[in-house]
Amino acid sequence: MKQSGYPLDCPLPHPLPPTITMAHGGGGSLTQQLIDGLFARHFANPILAQQHDAAALSLDHGRIAITTDSFVVQPLFFPGGDIGSLAVYGTVNDLLMAGAEPRYLTAGFILEEGLPMETLERIVISMAGAAAASGVTIVAGDTKTVNRGHGDGVFINTTGIGLLQHGRTSLPSRIESGDAIVLSGDLGRHGMAVMAAREQLDFSTPLFSDAASLRAPVEALYAAGLGLHCMRDLTRGGLASALNELSDTTGLGCRIDEAAIGVSAPVRGACELLGLDPLYVANEGRFIAVLPAHEAAQAVAVLQTFECGQHAAVIGHVEPRAEAPVLLRNRIGTTRILDRLTGEQLPRIC
Amino acid sequence: MKFMDEYRDRADIDRIANELRRRCTRNWTLMEVCGGQTHTIVKYGLDTLLPPGVALVHGPGCPVCVTPVEMIDRALAIASRPGVTFCSFGDMLRVPGSRADLFQARARGADVRFVYSPLDCVKLAQEHPEREVVFFAVGFETTAPANALAIQQAAAAGLQNFSMLVAHVLVPPALEAILQGAHCRVQGFLAAGHVCAVMGYEAYHPIAARYRVPIVVTGFEPLDILQGVLMAVTQLETGRAEVENQYSRSVQEAGNRVAQAMLCEVFEAVPRKWRGLGSIPQSGLALRPEYALFDAERRFHVATLHAEESPLCISGAVLQGHKRPHECPAFGTACTPLHPLGAPMVSSEGACAAYHRYRPQDLPAASATGDSQ
Repeated sequence: MKQSGYPLDCPLPHPLPPTITMAHGGGGSLTQQLIDGLFARHFANPILAQQHDAAALSLDHGRIAITTDSFVVQPLFFPGGDIGSLAVYGTVNDLLMAGAEPRYLTAGFILEEGLPMETLERIVISMAGAAAASGVTIVAGDTKTVNRGHGDGVFINTTGIGLLQHGRTSLPSRIESGDAIVLSGDLGRHGMAVMAAREQLDFSTPLFSDAASLRAPVEALYAAGLGLHCMRDLTRGGLASALNELSDTTGLGCRIDEAAIGVSAPVRGACELLGLDPLYVANEGRFIAVLPAHEAAQAVAVLQTFECGQHAAVIGHVEPRAEAPVLLRNRIGTTRILDRLTGEQLPRIC
Repeated sequence: MKFMDEYRDRADIDRIANELRRRCTRNWTLMEVCGGQTHTIVKYGLDTLLPPGVALVHGPGCPVCVTPVEMIDRALAIASRPGVTFCSFGDMLRVPGSRADLFQARARGADVRFVYSPLDCVKLAQEHPEREVVFFAVGFETTAPANALAIQQAAAAGLQNFSMLVAHVLVPPALEAILQGAHCRVQGFLAAGHVCAVMGYEAYHPIAARYRVPIVVTGFEPLDILQGVLMAVTQLETGRAEVENQYSRSVQEAGNRVAQAMLCEVFEAVPRKWRGLGSIPQSGLALRPEYALFDAERRFHVATLHAEESPLCISGAVLQGHKRPHECPAFGTACTPLHPLGAPMVSSEGACAAYHRYRPQDLPAASATGDSQ
């Protein structure tokens, strides 16, 4: 197991017990110890240091965006990430998709009695790193504990506040027929990495999650002066679900080309083996941008300057609704529906 | 990706489709046996590349689809017992029984898990001697050898808390049942490649000869299927009725003898009820008497549970190739993937689910905006 990541000569202000107990959520001295010794220590910033019932924030004048998300994942640590970094990136990316500049996060923890303190500390350190990488400050938090067997180690909720800058409106209602759909990179890494880790499927080529902050690529698209109509990250349900959601909201249709969609060989192989479709597999660092067709090539060029954007491509366009919300042109030239998922994707029998 | 992209190559597919159009002079009806093949056909729209004379009807080769509703009820009865950990491949959890599915049983507190291998269940039983671990053994000859291996491992380890609810079915008796049907219009078969990888295709020679039908052992990629159709149509056009092997990269005539021996050691052929097809002699597998200890039906006394299929669902006609999914009055209206009346709308290999998912032109208007329920 990894070391905690700070120098051993740095004395802990309050030595923490080796595991979480119910008393850590009781509001007494153990709760305070946990806050001081772990959360305040790793998330340290002047606003958190106010130590009041609510954080007082200063924002530039203008409109804000707010979003909330809860994170439950097993295993807590997987190749390419963990529940902590995921809880930061997930909420930061949702703010970015709305065209907002991420500023502040809150973090609520539900901890299961018996959770090793070392595990929690690894998660908190990972969150602090992800927050720094995303340019956000964690300004408020909460901790509750549940009896052993009533949680899955740790659940995290994060709420994010971002600043909506003038001229940066990303909304489904701005999507127009004729717009291009640009995909920011290859698909399916996160979902397959977590599944392989959870089910202990040993693939010869290891799979790594794509979990990451989308701040840099989104900033770069805006910096290039592109008229983004809408962005959507491709989390639960993957690309297929995101396209169906946008089609349902707008009443328009999407037509996409399978050959343009990047899926890495390890992800394709794992999906083929399990009978899963990568278009429905979750991502945590990929998004689609819908923008005027004449700007699509430039958007792809911008995205391709990032490592995660090597497979960025124009994958299709928006058009008046035809037979179904989303139609996909196969590699062999025929067309089919790309439907919503019914329930979860399940591995097939044979 | 190697060994995959070659079989999805557009130029090769066009070449075979052109050859098929050139050779086909009359009307022929072929059945692809396996649900995996149905899925590929509908997903890639392969039927739209065929000459107008060639009609594909979809066969009974979806293990989820042909498992009768009473078997699901038995699974539910076992899974709902205290102390039972019930394991299944993922597909089966959503199939409706008479009143519920296994996901709903799990939500009500049953310990239902989906696994990737029956051997995982043996391990689970070893690690949890206090639990009764039951595996739902569903599938054709393809999945039976691994299940036989699990039984052998459990027997060798002397496990008292492991058992199997066996719902295995066999392909050749089902083909004969279809050919003997009064309304059978199938003139040739694309046999299921993966079943033949295990069992070989010696058993198909007598069927081809007796019923004068070409049988082509066929793979699952778009190019495999079009080539299988081409081989079957070529036979029909030239008046031949033989067994041919399109899927030679995976299938040998004798099959996998080691797997067959394992299967025969643990299982024996028995009559089996199929959803929509009724009871077919010697069409299923059950544990041999020496392994009766591992028979979950006996252990949990559920063998007497019987149930009837939904009267609205025409899955029997679909599974025999008499009707296509969109010819069902409930298709896309009363029966959708979210509210399935029958298993073919549930499984990813089910013909109804494949039509609903991939074919815009066949959905009723109300359902064209997605799942209307």
